[in-house]
Amino acid sequence: MAAIVTNAKLAHAAPRTAVRHSSAIVRWLLVLTAVAFLGLMLILPLVIVFYSALEKGWQTAWAALTHPDALAAIRLTALTVAIAVPVNVIFGIAAAWAITKFRVRCKSLLITLIDLPFSISPVIAGMIFVLLFGAQGLLGPWLSAHDIKIIFAWPGIALATMFVTLPFVARELIPLMQAQGCDDEEAAISLGANGWQTFFRVTLPNIKWGLAYGTILCTARALGEFGAVSVVSGHIRGETNTLPLHVEILYNEYQFAAAFSVAGLLVGIALLTIIGRSFIEWRMQKSLLRHANGGPTASSTLEQAGSE
Amino acid sequence: MRLGLCLLAVLTILFLAPAMPAVAAEDVRILNVSYDPTRELYEEYNQAFTKYWKEKAGQDVTVRQSHAGAGKQARAVIDGLEADVVTLNVAYDLDAMHEKAHLIPADWQKRLPNNSCPYASTIVFLVRKGNPKNIKDWDDLIKPDVGVITPNPKTSGGARWNHLAAWAYASRKFDKDEAKVLDFMRKLYANVPVLDTGARGSTNTFVQRRIGDVFLAWENEALLVTERLAPGEFEIVVPSISILAEPPVTIIDKVVDKRGTRKVATAYLEYLYSDVGQEIIAKHHYRPSLPEIAKKYAGRYPEVTMITVDDELFGGWQKAHAKHFTEGGVFDQIFRP
Amino acid sequence: MKLSRSGHRPVIPGFRIAMGFAVLYMSLLMLIPLSMLALRAGQSSWDELWATFTSARTLAAYRLSLGGALIAATVNTVFGLIIAWVLVRYRFPGRRLLDTLVDLPFALPTAVAGISLTAIYAPNGILGGLLEKGGIQAAYSPLGIVIAMTFVSLPFVIRTTQPVLQDIDQEIEEAAATLGASRWQAFRRVIFPSIMPAVIAGFAMAFARAVGEYGSVVFISGNMPGRTEIVPLLIVTRLEEYNYAGATSVALALLILSFVMLLVINLLQAWARRSAPV
Repeated sequence: MAAIVTNAKLAHAAPRTAVRHSSAIVRWLLVLTAVAFLGLMLILPLVIVFYSALEKGWQTAWAALTHPDALAAIRLTALTVAIAVPVNVIFGIAAAWAITKFRVRCKSLLITLIDLPFSISPVIAGMIFVLLFGAQGLLGPWLSAHDIKIIFAWPGIALATMFVTLPFVARELIPLMQAQGCDDEEAAISLGANGWQTFFRVTLPNIKWGLAYGTILCTARALGEFGAVSVVSGHIRGETNTLPLHVEILYNEYQFAAAFSVAGLLVGIALLTIIGRSFIEWRMQKSLLRHANGGPTASSTLEQAGSE
Repeated sequence: MRLGLCLLAVLTILFLAPAMPAVAAEDVRILNVSYDPTRELYEEYNQAFTKYWKEKAGQDVTVRQSHAGAGKQARAVIDGLEADVVTLNVAYDLDAMHEKAHLIPADWQKRLPNNSCPYASTIVFLVRKGNPKNIKDWDDLIKPDVGVITPNPKTSGGARWNHLAAWAYASRKFDKDEAKVLDFMRKLYANVPVLDTGARGSTNTFVQRRIGDVFLAWENEALLVTERLAPGEFEIVVPSISILAEPPVTIIDKVVDKRGTRKVATAYLEYLYSDVGQEIIAKHHYRPSLPEIAKKYAGRYPEVTMITVDDELFGGWQKAHAKHFTEGGVFDQIFRP
Repeated sequence: MKLSRSGHRPVIPGFRIAMGFAVLYMSLLMLIPLSMLALRAGQSSWDELWATFTSARTLAAYRLSLGGALIAATVNTVFGLIIAWVLVRYRFPGRRLLDTLVDLPFALPTAVAGISLTAIYAPNGILGGLLEKGGIQAAYSPLGIVIAMTFVSLPFVIRTTQPVLQDIDQEIEEAAATLGASRWQAFRRVIFPSIMPAVIAGFAMAFARAVGEYGSVVFISGNMPGRTEIVPLLIVTRLEEYNYAGATSVALALLILSFVMLLVINLLQAWARRSAPV
């Protein structure tokens, strides 16, 4: 998804400076259209969420967020993120390393497979785990005999979340590492570094902003996943409700202000996420520029590392 | 970066620890899987039961709740949601738990008084203040400019009762001429603009989003709206005929035996039939099954002529479900585009 | 150009462990669970599957999901082009803010999007009320579904087109201008061909995302079988009727569709990379 963005940006990271001069009318018409469309589609929903959350006052909103069930939902969501994101970061690095640093057969098939969770309906993502681990599923009887709970408990929620967030880091890193090539790593190896040293001292500094970017997108999606989690959750209050499911529950209990308060919390996190993303993109461009202008090469990095 | 990874690991452990519920040995937790509109009822009942059980057995019991459309809940239990008790709204879903997964014995309905139905309700019409469309009976629902709100009978138990109540009216009116009855149903559903997956979604659509002119609601839900949610904005209309809706409850044998909660789960359901339980039931606008409590609150419920699902018209839930709600049944025929 | 150097690189270690982990993880988390779909669907006969899949209700759901996604992706392509153009070519107050906000649908939980869009477009909402006066029903109609789909797939075209637009050599445009081409001609002949692959890729991604969307659509759609029932909802409904065969066959079809679309997207991206201006 974001992959070709970075890809294209990588190739031509130079910020443009010249401003075109089209006729003023066309210009303002276009700007107004863009602002109106984004205002209608993006800003209005945001305003509605915060307005509805605070309609009944700060106290109601605060009470909704500090209710034991809300706190349990926050904890479960945090747990889910804490499992899904690190695992997918490691997977993303491993997959990108394998795909970009070596000549791999069926490369586009592999990339397509990695992409698959992007376009699979989240409902299907939830359903396949029910089919596999549910009481009527393939492994259900065995799991039940060994008293292992997956579906309708936090492992199922974590699995479904891992599934839908699988591609984010990998798809961010693959084009980035492909563009960077292997020269730095090869140089480091020929200078006598082992694999891990090469990775931590050479590759990681090169990809750190892309990695951070992918991690942020992955976190955002893990926080907000609804469809897949809804199928495997069981909706037990205070136990298997994530934040988005808690919003739905409150909504169905006619506690609209509370529902929108929790929604507001999620919106706040989403806003932080995209601001962080913006920041990282800015840093990425800067570091790419530096890289392009003969920034730290493998040998200089190693030298630095050696002199530390 | 390595520091970052370490930090992540520590954070993971920190988050993991509180999320794995540590329950002291003498405490007990049970899960009640219920349908949509019982949220308020069980919130209060659970508190009462916790107190009662502490006094009686000296044990701290926590009752967890799960609410959603009845079909969805039944599916979750069959797929392995570990419910100690289920309190759903049509017996068919509980039969399915026996047939599909052998979670409960076939005669589950015989285990508690009144066919395991501690409370009842019925289907009434909720209309907007002043009844602007002048809706009096089922006939008025098929007029061209009337919007009818009901959930989807495939996923909501309440909607199945709605469907059967309408069917009962039409059967009586057309003297069981199926073609005409089907035509009536088709016109009725043609007036439905939104088919939510659960009763609560429908209430939201009607009350909050102001869609439709009449909401086929559980009586308890209608009373909740008129008395607490939006007093003075809505009115209840009682149709000439409705259906006696009896939501059944049961313990899930397979789960309680595995978890060792049979005693407390059974007591949980039996306490629903006690005076305290029945009072709470009445307070939340359900019709109590204990005669003396029912008599005490008789004035609060409108007089409704009610048919039951065991009437020869339907022949019990199994037959009714097979005819109306299975793949290719009456409901599917109505919605054949 | 990137792959040309990949001939001799036996030196870099870690292939086995990286590839091994990646493939193992993907198999455990994705492929084995996904194969359950085929397994379940395989339990019913081919005729049954075909009957479920070609039932009027399934077809109506597919028509709605694909049609809605097509409209949403088209709307997003038109506005996405304008927005990308404006963000790249013009300087105006609030530009950076808008640029940042474009990503919101990626980060916002879909359920939150669903309830806030419903609040806006319901007859008693801000815009729903206005539209109602004009005789248009937004929420609980196919239009509402299109709105939700548009929201979730909004960033794709913008984000794919923006960088390409940024990199178009302005000298070419200026050359075109000096050669007497009007602005419109310059756009059509010079800019349009070079951003085309990116636009198509963005369109395809937006379409793929919109087809599978569940969380936000389910709040705003009326969920009427045959009229406002999308495919993911049909799958959930089938699941909740204990109709696993029905659910899996519909899901399998959607899965195959997603896979094919992804392959097309990846091919398009490869094509875009090859034909991108150097």
